[in-house]
Amino acid sequence: MVILGFEEKEFFASGHRACAGCGETIALRHVLKAAGEKIIVVQATGCMEVVSTPYPETSWEVPWIHCAFENAAAVASGVRAALNMKGDKETKVIAMGGDGATYDIGFGSLSGAFERGTNFLYVCTNNEAYMNTGIQRSGATPEYTSTTTTPDGKVIHGKVGVKKPLPFILAAHGTKYVATASVTNLFDLKKKVQKALSINGPTYIEVLVPCVPGWKIDASATLDVAKSAFDTNAFPLFEIENGVLTITSKPEARKPIHEYLVMQGRFKHLNPEQMERIQKGVDEHFAFLESIQGKKIFETLL
Amino acid sequence: MVEIKVISGADAIAQAVKLCKPKVLPMYPITPSTLIPERISEFVNNGELNAEIIYVESEHSAASALFGIYATGVRSFTATASQGLAIMHEILPIISASRFPAVMAVANRALSGPLNIWNDHSDAMSERDQGWIQLYCETAQEAFDTTIMAYKIAETEKVSLPLMVCIDGFSLSHVYEPVQIEDAIKVDAFLPEYKPVVVLDPKRPVTFGPVAFPNTYFEFKEAEEKAMLEAAKVIEQVHAEFAKKFGRTYGNGLVELIEMKDAEYALITVGGTTGTAREVVTELRKKKKKVGVIRIKSMRPFPAEQLRAALKKVKTLGVIDRHASLGFGGALSNDVKSALQGQKIIVEEFVAGLGGRDISKSRLHDAFETIIKGKKGYWLK
Repeated sequence: MVILGFEEKEFFASGHRACAGCGETIALRHVLKAAGEKIIVVQATGCMEVVSTPYPETSWEVPWIHCAFENAAAVASGVRAALNMKGDKETKVIAMGGDGATYDIGFGSLSGAFERGTNFLYVCTNNEAYMNTGIQRSGATPEYTSTTTTPDGKVIHGKVGVKKPLPFILAAHGTKYVATASVTNLFDLKKKVQKALSINGPTYIEVLVPCVPGWKIDASATLDVAKSAFDTNAFPLFEIENGVLTITSKPEARKPIHEYLVMQGRFKHLNPEQMERIQKGVDEHFAFLESIQGKKIFETLL
Repeated sequence: MVEIKVISGADAIAQAVKLCKPKVLPMYPITPSTLIPERISEFVNNGELNAEIIYVESEHSAASALFGIYATGVRSFTATASQGLAIMHEILPIISASRFPAVMAVANRALSGPLNIWNDHSDAMSERDQGWIQLYCETAQEAFDTTIMAYKIAETEKVSLPLMVCIDGFSLSHVYEPVQIEDAIKVDAFLPEYKPVVVLDPKRPVTFGPVAFPNTYFEFKEAEEKAMLEAAKVIEQVHAEFAKKFGRTYGNGLVELIEMKDAEYALITVGGTTGTAREVVTELRKKKKKVGVIRIKSMRPFPAEQLRAALKKVKTLGVIDRHASLGFGGALSNDVKSALQGQKIIVEEFVAGLGGRDISKSRLHDAFETIIKGKKGYWLK
């Protein structure tokens, strides 16, 4: 049965050990519902593996495999090739990892799998820091964010430097489909997952997933914060299909970034000047996206 | 059709791999193992081997893909050396704990610091605790034969452990020798198709690679240890079966005894050094010296029992170690001493051949002279 556009059937059983209000598990549940049963999931080390598979228990009702932190794309390459040689073209391979696994330590194996044209979907559940190890900065952590390795100190206030533009880097590999999504818009996520899985070749979807302890928000605020990320253009939703960028949805009236930042403990140290700088960055980035919308910005090589 | 080809040790492994018909091969080249992926690429591109090669971007990904391939239930293979094996380190125990019977060739090469591409055993010896069976070869023919045996040993259900086929970099990987390439039908009869126990399959979902807490992790390791001990028996059995079918033997598959019946002084070797040691023994025997050589073929599982049984008359052993456990001997000599605990045999260690330094006959004569005269072992430079 389909309820509110999603399969009633769960592929990720309840009773796992994720935090109350975990954004990542919401994304994961709905990616699975969108993908259906004929899949194999390859998971990078991170919260999701730890909370869902304490041996001998498992939350996974689809075939699932985990190896290490930095190699989900390489393991997926092996799974895909083996399926091909078994004559199984039907089963889809989905690799998943957090932003640490995807942006940083697993970047080489991810790039390699995309360069080889591996037929799989890579889903990055991005909560903008290494949450599993206790909220350390990552290549996806926004500027000024307070993490345990970029604390708000007397001299240095949060993260120095900006986010790595990973969706663009992967699109520049000649990828046919790259998209961003958010737990605040699950229908959009579903559509993007299904589109990605219909494409032969590597595809990438990055989902913004608020983290309750990492972002220092209330367990009940996960979706509100994700919604605010959308409303303020902090995390724009777009897709790059065959090299052409489309902003898939945008707020009717962009809200000030201040609203998003004050909801979260990780930004509580920001002064008005820093907030203004963030506002400027967000607006410039969105204007850039609008300026390239509808144009072929990358060649599709694969 | 059986044919004899004059080929290198690396080529011999590639030829054997072709006969074992892996379906997917993740490959990343590194000296001195490069000829293996090159040759296999030729086989695949010429339609001689029906397989897909994954041209991974690092050895770490080669090992990772190997893991994914076995989880999906098809036979695989990869090859590496030195830094390549070192970068795989993280994944090696994950493959063995998952009980995937992967086969990998290692063209043994010194580990960097300083960079060096020549042979010693520091790469594979550093991985001896990772749950992989390690079989070392002396000749190209043995490399060919061991590769075929490797799949059968690793895939025996009660073993289900990965296996490294080790050949000396350059001094075997690049040395041309006549190799009898066995008939494909005969190899098929010896090595049945790979039948995995559990695989990733949407029809029957399973979870691979969970997190194990202190209440369960220990049992995984215990099961691997049992399988490793079982492997010692299976290696002997498979070797005996191979000998019967193909007519070649390498000791008992685990250890080879050379002139050991009445030997009072013996050297222990691994890999290609054995060939030189054989000649030295022949020369010393002519001078009525009661000397012999014990070649360890299986470093893991370590043939401790067979070693003890072979040493009935031995007074002093000299261990030729192509690896240094800096600060305390070498892997091989430490294992030998451990295996001989409680026995009245003197063990002298000779760290030798590091970074491709030649282990000449005169060096081995020196080692024999040292132990015969009751002197201490030393770094045999």
